Amino acid sequence: MLLNSVRMARFVAHGSLRLDAVVPADMNAEAMGVLARGVPPVPYGTPLPKAYAPDSFPARLLAVPQVEGALRSLVGPEPLVDHHAVHVREPHGGEAQALHADAIIDVRPDAFDVQLMYYPQPVTLEMGGTLSVPGSHLRRINESDTGRYQNLRGQNRLVCPAGTVVFVHHGLWHGGRRNDSDTTRYMFKIRFNPTVRQRLLWDTSDLHDPRVASELDAEFPWYEQATGRLERYNRTLLWREMTGDPHFDLDHWVTRVSNRPQEATA
Amino acid sequence: MTTDSPTPTPTTPASVLRQQVLVLYLLNSALDSDVVGWSRYDGTGRTSPTTGDGAEPPYPTGLGALKDGWRLIQAAPLVPPYPGHEYDVSFLKHEFFFERIEKLHAPL
Repeated sequence: MLLNSVRMARFVAHGSLRLDAVVPADMNAEAMGVLARGVPPVPYGTPLPKAYAPDSFPARLLAVPQVEGALRSLVGPEPLVDHHAVHVREPHGGEAQALHADAIIDVRPDAFDVQLMYYPQPVTLEMGGTLSVPGSHLRRINESDTGRYQNLRGQNRLVCPAGTVVFVHHGLWHGGRRNDSDTTRYMFKIRFNPTVRQRLLWDTSDLHDPRVASELDAEFPWYEQATGRLERYNRTLLWREMTGDPHFDLDHWVTRVSNRPQEATA
Repeated sequence: MTTDSPTPTPTTPASVLRQQVLVLYLLNSALDSDVVGWSRYDGTGRTSPTTGDGAEPPYPTGLGALKDGWRLIQAAPLVPPYPGHEYDVSFLKHEFFFERIEKLHAPL
């Protein structure tokens, strides 16, 4: 169940892909116990087929058709498991995380990691679901240097049904919010590294659908007016890498500033 | 001969001053442009603002904060792009710091 081009374009613009309630209820119930007990670590960079036993919970989670298809569309077959972690937010406990991007500054122009975030229970606003900032993933910042930013217009405070999976680009600004409810909140995260070139890995039958360009042209309420234009420029470059089309553009943004004719007049 | 010294009188202040800080991120470098992001820090300890605790900005523009009594104490300078990095995107550029001084009654 691969993603189509419109959904891939939406990922390139938003930096995330949300799959609501795709994990069956019986697996979500099982997950509550699995995550409470903890998931044994795997060495950094373990090939996915070797990371999890076929009957293990993570392996069955990744075999959910929508999850499997999205992962393959984003990073291709047999990625590496960078690492995984169970995140637990105790009731009325802890503080909100500072807004951050994971790992360290990562400006690869033609490759990206994705992180799977799985929520086995319904997440309410009070439970402090993950905060994320749409369209922040191409900003060049290092980890929690963005901690000064408490609120940005259009930020996403996750509220979702049980069994929701969100894939995020490695650069997306996010943070666990304070849990102000009476319920312990669980989230399971796995980071994947691609092992193939991330080009046309999805269902490309709709590659020239006009909605691809409109998704890539998305505007977010927190963008400054001028920098918002640079966001389109950078998305265009990423889409060119992902499609192999060196001429793709949005409203001439890249073409205009790359035009340096070398031909002399006759 | 002995002299009795007067007993010192305690000099507990009736009140103390504490700073509240508001940071606004604006649509462009003009102080009267729209707010796109915001943060608060409260030196009085009365409130505990934190990451992701609001959906709507406290003021529609930077000027709105001035009209409500906040004092501007710092504005981000306009810095030309570093050569070769003209198209990079990074931190929010139009950052304005405001303060308000609150009087607290000291405990007796």
